[in-house]
Amino acid sequence: MPDLDFTTVRVQDVSRTYGRRRALAHVSLEAQAGRVLGLFGPNGAGKSTLLNILATLLRPSAGKVLYGTHASETAGDVLRASIGVLGHDLYLYPDLTAAENLAFFGRLYGVPDLDARVAECLTLARLTDRADDRSGGFSRGLRQRLALERALIHRPRLVLLDEPFTGLDDASAHILIARLRTLAADGAIVIMATHDFDTAETLVDDAVCIDRGRAFPIVAGSGSLRDRYRLALQETR
Amino acid sequence: MTPGFWKTVGIIARKDLVVEARSRELLYTTVFFAVAVVLIFSFSFVVDGAPLTDAAAGILWVALAFSGTLALGRTFERERQSETLKALLLAPVERAALYLGKLIGMLVIMSLVVAVVGPLVVVLFRVSLDGVFWHLLGLLVAGGLGFAGVGTLFGAMLNRSQSRDVLLPVVLYPLTVPVMIAGVSGTAALLSAEPNMARAEVWLSMLVFFDAVFLTLALWVFDAVMAES
Repeated sequence: MPDLDFTTVRVQDVSRTYGRRRALAHVSLEAQAGRVLGLFGPNGAGKSTLLNILATLLRPSAGKVLYGTHASETAGDVLRASIGVLGHDLYLYPDLTAAENLAFFGRLYGVPDLDARVAECLTLARLTDRADDRSGGFSRGLRQRLALERALIHRPRLVLLDEPFTGLDDASAHILIARLRTLAADGAIVIMATHDFDTAETLVDDAVCIDRGRAFPIVAGSGSLRDRYRLALQETR
Repeated sequence: MTPGFWKTVGIIARKDLVVEARSRELLYTTVFFAVAVVLIFSFSFVVDGAPLTDAAAGILWVALAFSGTLALGRTFERERQSETLKALLLAPVERAALYLGKLIGMLVIMSLVVAVVGPLVVVLFRVSLDGVFWHLLGLLVAGGLGFAGVGTLFGAMLNRSQSRDVLLPVVLYPLTVPVMIAGVSGTAALLSAEPNMARAEVWLSMLVFFDAVFLTLALWVFDAVMAES
């Protein structure tokens, strides 16, 4: 099964409802390869719903998402092989060791030369000396680093991150920023939902504010990202 | 290259068994529970060393059904705790393969329960397996497959439900009534003083038919039921 190649992700007029509750309303945005798109907004604004739709875990109630020229409904398994997700939950088996977690997901994604790739991921997560320890015994920060490599083990084209800086100390956050920059520089499309403006300031190339299910661009310009976000939020209300 | 269907089945089953080998949580709890059920029944149905006629078959299947439900609930609770079921659904593999992998993991655990509880029933209820062993094994394998097949489907479906612990047995037992009837009746035919092989074979055929229908249905609908509506 060849990987699906695409350099843009377009969200076109996507709405999503849960029963009578509207989580997303007519959201349109575009993310491009080589750039990091930040999603900002209050709790419950619809950021995670949008990430779940981008990850193909949820279907939009209306509108569509295009991965290059491919729609998620038609691309199926091939598309999922091109997506890496780091959710708020870390998707790790606590009874498996760090190496076993990576190897398990590597096998599911059919990663070639798996042993070498697992060793590489452990090095990138700085967990080589903890490779044979169960992930259930790790601190939140260590599990977060392992989970990031779990999400990236198959070298995805689209990387989706939900609050990736949770539980990371300053040093780990800086390493994650460098890792995400490298990913974007290598041609990945990175979309990240976060509340951490200070950390995101140095990372995101494009920013979108999501409030009550609607998306508004945070215009680039003078002022900090937090100030520009507040301005965008005021204009939407 | 993403793995093929059967390779995915093997990857999932192997992972479940490695996790269980580490924690031994399911094995210990289900075996202990099944043994407790058999022992409690033996206090009632074995009087002065003489067991009640035909009690063994029902007790064996009750122990398997109750302990199997316990294992089914817990195996999906593990996937829910760290949201790993979501990670499995994100993987570029056929979802029917995820179902089969989980099912095989469950069957191995249920087989280990049978390996402990079966001999216990034989000893406590003075059951003779002369000439009926392979038929009994066939009934247990076919019955276990039917029970775990339905249970794995509903265990996965109810994973997102808050009342999953209550709902699983409520949904599972009525649906597996045909398995229980066929299993108990077939086993009773084998374990009676005069084993009726022909009757046991009829019930075994019914179990195989039930397995074929429910496994086909489960493989067919698993993708759809796992998609969030």
